[in-house]
Amino acid sequence: MTSTNTSRPGVAEAPASGGLDRPRTRVVPPLLVHLLAALVALAAVVALTLLTDPFTNLRIATVGYYLVAVAGLALLTGFNGQVSLGHGAFMFIGAYTVALLVLHVPAFPLWADLLLAAVTSGVAGLLAGAAAARLHGPYLAGATLALAVGLPAVTQRFPELLEGSNGLSFTVNSTPDALVGVVPPTRWQAWVVWVAVLLALVVLANLARGRLGRTLRAVRDDEVAASLAGVHVGRTKVLAFLVSAVCGGLAGGLQAFLLGTAAPGSFTPALSLSLLAALVLGGLGSLWGALWGALALVYFQVWTEDFSDLLHLPTNVADNLPLALYGVVLVVVILLFPHGVQGGLHHLRLRLLASRSPRRGVTDRVTDADDPRSEGEA
Amino acid sequence: MPLRDRHAETSPTNAHFSSAVEMRPMTSDSSDTLLAVRGVTVRFGGLVALHDVELTIRPRTVVGVIGPNGAGKTTLFNVVCGFVRPDSGTLHWRGQRLRRHRPHQLAKLGISRTMQALGLFAGLTVLENVMTGANRHAGSGTVAALLGTAGSARDERDLRERALAVLEELDVADVRDALPGSLPYGVQKRVALARALVAEPDLLLLDEPASGLSSAEMDELVGRLRWLRESTTVVLVEHHMDLVMRVCDEIVVLNFGEVIATGTPERVRADPLVLDAYLGNAADGEERAGA
Ligand SMILES: Nc1ncnc2c1ncn2[C@@H]1O[C@H](COP(=O)(O)OP(=O)(O)O)[C@@H](O)[C@H]1O
Ligand SMILES: [Mg+2]
Repeated sequence: MTSTNTSRPGVAEAPASGGLDRPRTRVVPPLLVHLLAALVALAAVVALTLLTDPFTNLRIATVGYYLVAVAGLALLTGFNGQVSLGHGAFMFIGAYTVALLVLHVPAFPLWADLLLAAVTSGVAGLLAGAAAARLHGPYLAGATLALAVGLPAVTQRFPELLEGSNGLSFTVNSTPDALVGVVPPTRWQAWVVWVAVLLALVVLANLARGRLGRTLRAVRDDEVAASLAGVHVGRTKVLAFLVSAVCGGLAGGLQAFLLGTAAPGSFTPALSLSLLAALVLGGLGSLWGALWGALALVYFQVWTEDFSDLLHLPTNVADNLPLALYGVVLVVVILLFPHGVQGGLHHLRLRLLASRSPRRGVTDRVTDADDPRSEGEA
Repeated sequence: MPLRDRHAETSPTNAHFSSAVEMRPMTSDSSDTLLAVRGVTVRFGGLVALHDVELTIRPRTVVGVIGPNGAGKTTLFNVVCGFVRPDSGTLHWRGQRLRRHRPHQLAKLGISRTMQALGLFAGLTVLENVMTGANRHAGSGTVAALLGTAGSARDERDLRERALAVLEELDVADVRDALPGSLPYGVQKRVALARALVAEPDLLLLDEPASGLSSAEMDELVGRLRWLRESTTVVLVEHHMDLVMRVCDEIVVLNFGEVIATGTPERVRADPLVLDAYLGNAADGEERAGA
């Protein structure tokens, strides 16, 4: 085996082979880079919550858990090409896990509840992924949609435990005693949510920007060629499902923590579809797209509500307006930027770079409308 | 074993050459055999795609598998790669029987393959395409990648350097950031070759490496194949007789799924069976080669 390294003509002189014995320059672990970025982001979020009212604090927290849900979906659907119409099911699992733990195992600290929510959802994702690895295109979409439709119905099967369609209500007093009265509860909750979200995003960024992310995309583009390159295609697809389910579970758990409820009405198929739509809107190819998608999810709701209040629209119109407007905006954005908001931003940046320094090989990159490597963490 | 004496025209084993069936003394001696395909038969429904096919690949040789379209060449590769299970017959890699092997295990075994349809990853840059082919060299695992450890970062840098070196070797390093779809076909073929080569395989399977190439590109390919033989073993599937005659040490001729001749280019060229079955169409093959 070793002889193949040294005996290859030409390549032997190149830095690639035999380099393992050479002393090498230090590399910066991606973990460090991403943790630093997460710290900066956390500082920004904290600053933002300090400058805004409790209502907005709540919205900032909501953006946080949607972000982690959409980012998980980005890996599954954007990177790995498995279209899931049932991602809300994993949020459902996460939310109910947290609710049940808070109600029945009050001794557990919040972080343990959230961790278990992620783990439970991850196990479900593993099972779903193993089944999904054999399905393609519309079959996969149909199966995941069935999951989103079917799973919330479980609450009707176990009314004593899950309280049917009323759902579970509980209170989490997460604010440390020292901060009670100093930091408003919603502000504290927003901080907790964003710490969890950013930790998850650090892992996602490690994954997306390294070998695993490349492998996910390779499997998406050509399964046969990927397997010839030594990639275990089935295992890769299950991994994508696992990671995205963990994110979904965490998002659901954070939502339950934030709202103090877990009810089936929050996890309708419409939620799953909105998550997917948010991903497409933000841009499939990158984790940044998930941020734009999460912002859109939250602020569309807010703006259209304000708008319909302004026009004194009847409630049956007002209730459906957010979704309708969301659809319109989605269509418009996709027509303008086929690769979503992030694709549009990326394109714009390349244009700017190209106009400033026309000869730096940047121009040929402009053709790569959505460079999938532009992902990062929020 | 008998194939080793193929070039020694005076060898008594020459008697074996004329027919594939005779050539099966089944001397399980594998000391000088990289890959041995024995009695492989593949049926697709009623169609016999391969019938009792024999193939012995010795290290550091270039072996050409030729035959008209539909002769079963790609199917033979698919059997070796584990995409198609033969209905009967065996495969041995370095003397070890390959049983129910799967395509993703090949890279670790030291076998790389290019595909007739290239199969480049459309959403990955050229560099990323080739880095994917280098996965075999990555030491760190999934958990290290999720945690973003220094080890995974070193791996990543190593893969990148390997990929760049091979791209440079094949003169395509300048397009490393382009998406494959934006490149001319000849360049795409080189990227596909780079992706297979970067794994540093002991056996390289090339499915129609010359199809769609200009004659200048074909000459380049001939040089590259000769260069490759110094470090690895190549099996190529082609219907361009011209290319095969120029670079191959041995040629296996398939027709309707059967091996009708095996031997040196000179021997195969003179074989009446081959002339009958294949060289009748060779004229148009060479026309296309020159196009
Ligand atoms: N997966 C398959 N299912 C059914 N028939 C196949 C399959 N693969 C190949 N064949 C048939 O087997 C024969 C040999 O095909 P192939 O190996 O692709 O030929 P070649 O590569 O020599 O042109 C052809 O008749 C082809 O149609
Ligand atoms: Mg073929």
